[in-house]
Amino acid sequence: MRENVLHIENVTMQFGGVVAVDNLTVDVNKGEIVALIGPNGAGKTTAFNCITGVYEPTNGLVSFFGETIVSNHPRGKMKKLYAGQNREFCTKVVSQTPDKITKLGIARTFQNIRLFKNLTVFENVLIAKHMRMKQNFLTATFRLNFMEERRVREESLALLEEQGLLGVKDELASSLPYGVQRRLEIARALATDPKLLLLDEPAAGMNPQETQELADFIVQIKDKYALTVFLIEHHMDLVMRISDRIYVLDFGKLIAHGTAAEVQKDKRVIEAYLGVAEDA
Amino acid sequence: MDMKKLIKTAGPIALLFLLLFVLEKTLPTTSMLFVVLKKGAIYALVAVSMNLLNGFTGLFSLGQAGFMLIGAYTYGILTIPLEAREAVYQYFDGGIVSFTVPVLVAIAAAGLVTAVFAYLIGLPVLRLKSDYLAIATLGFAEIIRAVFQWDKLGPVTNGSNLLKRFPVFTSTLFPFAVAGVCIAVIVLLINSSYGRAFKAIRDDEIAAEAMGINLAKHKQMSFTISSFFAGIGGALLAMYQTTVQAAAFRATMTYEILLIVVIGGIGSVTGSCLASFLFIACSEWWLRFLDEVTYIGAFQVPLLSSGFRKVVFSVIVMIIVLFYSRGIMGTKEFSLDALFRFFKKRFGKTKKEDVAG
Repeated sequence: MRENVLHIENVTMQFGGVVAVDNLTVDVNKGEIVALIGPNGAGKTTAFNCITGVYEPTNGLVSFFGETIVSNHPRGKMKKLYAGQNREFCTKVVSQTPDKITKLGIARTFQNIRLFKNLTVFENVLIAKHMRMKQNFLTATFRLNFMEERRVREESLALLEEQGLLGVKDELASSLPYGVQRRLEIARALATDPKLLLLDEPAAGMNPQETQELADFIVQIKDKYALTVFLIEHHMDLVMRISDRIYVLDFGKLIAHGTAAEVQKDKRVIEAYLGVAEDA
Repeated sequence: MDMKKLIKTAGPIALLFLLLFVLEKTLPTTSMLFVVLKKGAIYALVAVSMNLLNGFTGLFSLGQAGFMLIGAYTYGILTIPLEAREAVYQYFDGGIVSFTVPVLVAIAAAGLVTAVFAYLIGLPVLRLKSDYLAIATLGFAEIIRAVFQWDKLGPVTNGSNLLKRFPVFTSTLFPFAVAGVCIAVIVLLINSSYGRAFKAIRDDEIAAEAMGINLAKHKQMSFTISSFFAGIGGALLAMYQTTVQAAAFRATMTYEILLIVVIGGIGSVTGSCLASFLFIACSEWWLRFLDEVTYIGAFQVPLLSSGFRKVVFSVIVMIIVLFYSRGIMGTKEFSLDALFRFFKKRFGKTKKEDVAG
């Protein structure tokens, strides 16, 4: 059995009275590509936000390489309002800001691209390297960190070259075509030295040809950087082609999980996507 | 390569100082030019420090006057000569500070004390965003102004009375040198890895955090450093004015600095510097004639009377904001190279047209 990278257990995210993610349990093992799919509004991005610390889940636990990174139980107002299950599952509260979680080795991209628009491609990648530098603001200001700075610049250039973005390194991020912006966002995530890459709809807005290329690209970077990939996607052909396992969410609940072939046959998945046939 | 770059940056600066030196030797010391240059240099420093916060980190803060006040008072309190203290602190038995420090040490102390205050204020305030942050910092600046005038603090701050008789500068070179060094340090910071992190926060906080940038730490850092330099600006202003009184550091002062930042271009250091000199020149010198009742022969020029200057000035500001909504420089930086390129393009074009004609 492969080493467990990401373990999500009983995660529930409730906003007021709305349960966006309900009792989600997911396991991602080392070297796998795992997909999370589901109709619009199923709670996929919310699940990502719970993992990366953008939201604090109402209940449940997330661990990364066996270390608990997020853990919560219904507290305060939620004690009364809580509508999910397994109320008593966690007793500890572990909460971290997104930057700490990124530092542990979880990088992500966003559904609607979030690049630093007024900065160049090169700067976008350099910023991702900032957190791993040993400098402080005085050594950085007075250029006493020049060795480190030079190393970081060289690494960033190498990364841009590998990703085929070297030619546009001095362009503003906002001036790039859509597909290249997506590539840059992935390159920027790779620059944080991740062990786990979370991709939130990487193929959104791409045509079949581009989607095809993206699928190859994801497999390629996974092997090259020894990554584990957890992705959200709507394009079924992409998901079916590259995923080792698939989790299907509907209205916040996990309705199916298995290999591509298994999931495709699952009756509940077909119902969630195509609707239920009504009896005439 | 590096040598050439060094000459390119150091050359114009050396020339500038030489020019200032020659001007001081030739022009009468009462010339308005020196008023503009001195005050302009000080405001340039404060505007650049505000730009670090507003333009590069995306934190809309309006506390600059308050921080300048702390800097000005720190400088004054630490440098009033011992023999003058009895007279200055006449209502407070000569005050309780019984030592003086050298001028440059006092200027550095002004920055440090301001930075400490800013750090403490930043802890609660920086949790707020955009307009709310502006209101909170503005509030703090007003509170600082009130606290410094409080009678109970009189032995330190001299209550609502003036601080005076501290060492001042007479040469224009002094504020230029201090402000120049400070602005250079700010530019170095902006171009460092931390500067990039600040700009990342400005562009997209959520993405910055996802890239591992600790928002609280970096915002706090930017706020504290910006205030450090505002404090130094305050100390220079105290030297320029020769007296310090808390009542002078009103919100209006912050608005003036904000205006300079906006006119110069939010996110442009050289823009702030240029705008600062233009602003001071307009408000102190070039538009002065509008305030004076003028006669041409027996005919009194209409409208020209006390206060009209401000009307014209407001109109100019409105025109700039309407037609140059991103400021004089936008987010670009002024450089001699760019200036040469600009003229080359212009003249190159005309030459070609000549040939064609």
